[in-house]
Amino acid sequence: MQPYDYVEIRVPAKAQYIGIARLTISGLASRLGFNYDEIEDLKIATSEAVTNAVQHAYQDNEGEVVVGCALFEDKIEIMIADHGESFNYEETKKNIGPYNESEEVEFLREGGLGLYLMETLMDEVKVHHEEGVTVFMTKYLGEEQVGKDVKTVTS
Amino acid sequence: MNLSVELSKEDSVQRFHIAGEIDAFTAPVLKDKLAEVQDVPGLQAELNLTDVTYIDSTGLGVFVGFYKTLKANDGYMKIIGVNDRVKRLFEITGLDEIIDIEKGVGENRDATL
Repeated sequence: MQPYDYVEIRVPAKAQYIGIARLTISGLASRLGFNYDEIEDLKIATSEAVTNAVQHAYQDNEGEVVVGCALFEDKIEIMIADHGESFNYEETKKNIGPYNESEEVEFLREGGLGLYLMETLMDEVKVHHEEGVTVFMTKYLGEEQVGKDVKTVTS
Repeated sequence: MNLSVELSKEDSVQRFHIAGEIDAFTAPVLKDKLAEVQDVPGLQAELNLTDVTYIDSTGLGVFVGFYKTLKANDGYMKIIGVNDRVKRLFEITGLDEIIDIEKGVGENRDATL
């Protein structure tokens, strides 16, 4: 396994903290060497996932959103969970399976444009449902990977 | 993280100058400001995004809602001053096919009409 640094932040599930998550990702992506456009893509994708978590998971405005980032030499992996438990990063990653069609449709109905943007702006996006929603997304450094795993959303 | 929305009326055109970041936290500010005029029949609105530094699906949703309301009231909406980033977002989502978007701020002040 490639070595990586892991950074995690937890923010209250409130809209005013979405910008904080965005700034954190921006700083980490910059550190890894992503270019301006890629950093903007990462900011939007992260905001979309955190916005979903804030709006759908905690309508009573309680709880926390966990944003975990694994920084590799050639990519950044971002996990956003709308349930307050800290990640066991390796465990969570293992449990992220292949797409479940029905789940994806369900999430789409709620996420709408947000999920579409995440999939367009990131190289890989997976959504995992178990005790809440976990979004797992990856962006590679460098041009050659861009668009490799972009999925088309038709509905 | 701030968002400001200034409204100025010039001839028959309502010009909105929007500045700052539009996300789920700030979008309600924008939505409320636009809602003040959206029911005016035949409203001509021009939204200037020159100073918008960040926008995501929440902001796009507000523009779509405003566009729909205006259209239902025989009004017209135009977006000007989009930078490459914002333009890309409109293109990715296909909204550039629906909403009238102009890159930069045109000299022709009657362009909305």
